[in-house]
Amino acid sequence: MSSDYPGTSLSEKEIQDGTVLSVQDKLLGNFAWDTGIAIGKYLAGFKDGVILGSYCTQCRKTVVPPRNVCEWCYRPMSEYIPLGDTGVVNTFSLCYVTWDVKRIKDPEVPAVIDLDGASPLHGIMHKLGDVQPDQVKIGMKVQAVWKPAAEREGAITDILYFKPIEE
Amino acid sequence: MSMRKVAIVGAGMTKFVRRALETGKELSWQATRQALDSCDLTMDDIEAVCLGTAPDAFDGVHMKGEYLSDGAGAWRKPYMRSYVGGGTGVFVPIQGWYHVASGLFDVVLVVAEEKMSSYYPHAQAAFLTIFDHTTERPLKPNLLWIFALEMNRYMQTYGISKSDIARVAVKNKRNAADHPSALLGDAEITVDDVLNSETLAWPVNRLDVSPVSDGAVAIVLAAEHVAKRITDKPVWIEGVGWNLDTAYWTNRDLAYPRYVEYAARMAYDMAGIKEPRKQIHIVEPYDPFDYKELHHLEGLLLADRGQAPQLVADGITHRDGDMPVCPSGGLLGVGNPIAAAGLMKVAELFWQLREEAGARQVPGQPKRGLAQAWGDLMQVGTVVIVGR
Amino acid sequence: MSDRVAIIGIGWSGFRPISPELSYKELMYEAASRAYNDAGVDPRKDVESFITVAEDFHEGTSIFDEYTPDQLGAVLKPMHTITGDGLHGLATAYMLVKTGQFSIVAVEGHSKASNILTLSGVTAYAQDPVLNRPLRLNTQFVAGMEMNRYLHDTGTTAQQCAEVVVKNRRNALHNPSAPYGADLSIGDVLSGPPLAWPLGSRETAEHSDGAIAFILASEEKALYLSDFPIWVLGIGWSNDSPSLENRNWGVSNSTKDAAFMAYRQAGIASPYQAVDFAEVDDIYAFKELQVLESLGFFRPGEAGPATQEGLTQKEGAFPVNVSGGSLGIGNLLDANGLVRALEIILQLRGEAGPRQLEDVSIGLAQSWRGIPTASDAVAIFSN
Repeated sequence: MSSDYPGTSLSEKEIQDGTVLSVQDKLLGNFAWDTGIAIGKYLAGFKDGVILGSYCTQCRKTVVPPRNVCEWCYRPMSEYIPLGDTGVVNTFSLCYVTWDVKRIKDPEVPAVIDLDGASPLHGIMHKLGDVQPDQVKIGMKVQAVWKPAAEREGAITDILYFKPIEE
Repeated sequence: MSMRKVAIVGAGMTKFVRRALETGKELSWQATRQALDSCDLTMDDIEAVCLGTAPDAFDGVHMKGEYLSDGAGAWRKPYMRSYVGGGTGVFVPIQGWYHVASGLFDVVLVVAEEKMSSYYPHAQAAFLTIFDHTTERPLKPNLLWIFALEMNRYMQTYGISKSDIARVAVKNKRNAADHPSALLGDAEITVDDVLNSETLAWPVNRLDVSPVSDGAVAIVLAAEHVAKRITDKPVWIEGVGWNLDTAYWTNRDLAYPRYVEYAARMAYDMAGIKEPRKQIHIVEPYDPFDYKELHHLEGLLLADRGQAPQLVADGITHRDGDMPVCPSGGLLGVGNPIAAAGLMKVAELFWQLREEAGARQVPGQPKRGLAQAWGDLMQVGTVVIVGR
Repeated sequence: MSDRVAIIGIGWSGFRPISPELSYKELMYEAASRAYNDAGVDPRKDVESFITVAEDFHEGTSIFDEYTPDQLGAVLKPMHTITGDGLHGLATAYMLVKTGQFSIVAVEGHSKASNILTLSGVTAYAQDPVLNRPLRLNTQFVAGMEMNRYLHDTGTTAQQCAEVVVKNRRNALHNPSAPYGADLSIGDVLSGPPLAWPLGSRETAEHSDGAIAFILASEEKALYLSDFPIWVLGIGWSNDSPSLENRNWGVSNSTKDAAFMAYRQAGIASPYQAVDFAEVDDIYAFKELQVLESLGFFRPGEAGPATQEGLTQKEGAFPVNVSGGSLGIGNLLDANGLVRALEIILQLRGEAGPRQLEDVSIGLAQSWRGIPTASDAVAIFSN
């Protein structure tokens, strides 16, 4: 086995000051994804301030986000069930870096929230707000905070965040 | 049982660096050159090429499999690229395996390449687009969220502490100090170094993570009758397995990677392994974050659920322990050019089983090893078991 | 393993220019569930491995593999993505069955081209980022250059290329799944606006949405499950140089090499004698002629005159693209190869309705990954 491994390491500076030549470009990638039946209903529900799940009559499971086929028994699903907009924190993180790698002082708090009305361990990803980072716990009960009805667009962001329910 | 035995007969890799001068094509070529030289073959001997590489978004090239094909030697040859996210590095040898095991080809080149540094200024931003475009992306999610959410759930479910987990980073980075290709080898690092490093997304700290890297790895596979002519130390592929869980990751319990278990069972069945903890001598699980090594050891049925940290604490997973884990230094130590990192683990087993791993050599003449990778939205498990 | 592999189920959804009422997942479900039903299998119990063909930038999602298992019934099963054409996916399924480890395998491909608002921008990203992209050319220039050289080398005429459009779009009128059926004259085709001269826009296929799935089985399972398995006689695939600067313009080496591999497996020495009909790439009309020659059905320069003389019409001696081809059905991006193979299977089963050819027993499907690639696959089927 050769002990000489090829590969030349560069530094950020060499690219920035032009020691190494580079070409820059941006992808023009615009898409308009058809939401289809299940997600179309889901988003329409958001506009009305309701989180919808779908129910599989064979597996007797209520899942969210809704979908038109049950991935477990492969039967079509066509029953849409309004769920509560409360739930329990399944897991969370305190994130000090944005998606595009900028540092922030106050952390974003992404979480998976198991929703009331859905089968156990079925939830959605969203963010927590109105809460001190060191107070967030797995198992905490939370409630959705919605945009005012007039401002809702039919999008996941119609819910601003989930906040702790005061016991 | 597979009718046709397939062996790894050669392997090569580039250095793993944060930012390589070489283009993706050149990295692929360098690794391929090394692999062919290691078994005295040329591209004329290669009948088909399989390439694995993770998101096209990194390189900024659409259909990047086509773009890389000449670097991987696929000129006027049958060529395909497989793609299962982070699992690709251990999937692409499986792809090579089915090329040979099907009877269609006798000698196949398998290449894994990643050039993450092309994404400017930081490859992490490209991961925004792995989330569901309608139900998740509007929240501007971050790659770190996935790992932090999973790590938190795992820690909470089994009562595992951050320092239990940090021991894995320490072990792997120390192991990597003996790897000539390694980016992050550090013979002196301690648990405190890891715990005191910057918090990125609690519970994830900077030194819990293996960073963006560039690199490429290549291996050569051959059918039995040919393998024996090429080398007197073929390393046989004894079992392969892969499994993909639901995209609806918020409908699953993240504390346990059941898809890794299913992939492992498929590979164990094919290899005829009934007691993996006794029969697997070296384990190279996927370790992009330190807790992942533990998570995966449990999914691979090599530790009871929640018990993997104890194996680390007891020294069992050290290079000279009863079950060495990541003797290469893993992703945490060597670097994480996504697909190449997975194939690096398979190459490591190849060298280890032939007693060619130099300073990293696991003592005791290991005869059987397992490499595993993971990817997508905490969804895919890919497993390869090799033996002498 | 020398046992044969058969197609035992086919299903598709579409094909049409837009599909706003269904998401890509719902399109995939429609196609896959029809295929499973056709094969008489339950994906949750019987199908042992699944493959999809897709490209991230066509979907607008990185690691698109994540979003594939649920609607195919593949959750917690061995499933993987091949970034290739549908026929590459088919070749993968074929290899998996031939290993002896998997006896029933599903392969799927789809297109939601209508959702890609900046498709030409995305396609331009497949050009070499340093050497070609800075020229800021619409990628169709590659097809134009190749057509120009092909016409030059072979003496094929613009009229002969236009004949392909007329033939295929008329054929599409008899295909209920084809949205672009039309009764055109040569003049209609040639008087269209130029796209990348000498390529005209009316010689270039429009896009369509849709999904398509095939179920493959080992010989033993196929004979058990199906009354009419369609056998894979041979399958080949190959790449030429991706570099435009290194290419042999005018010749499609990747088609030749892929065909050679398939013919060798099928034991075919004289393609024109052995094969009864074919479905080949016609995203650009000239390609049908070039490919027919690269496949060995005609000598260089003879496919054009043969088309003019009607040899490749439905009633002719060697029907080509009776389905309407991409010109009639639409360019379905990565799924094209499966759409080509679909017609072969339907014809061999006797299920092609108004398009049914008489007495066919061996059909060939060929496809290509599109500009700017040089990557082809060829599959030969028999009943």
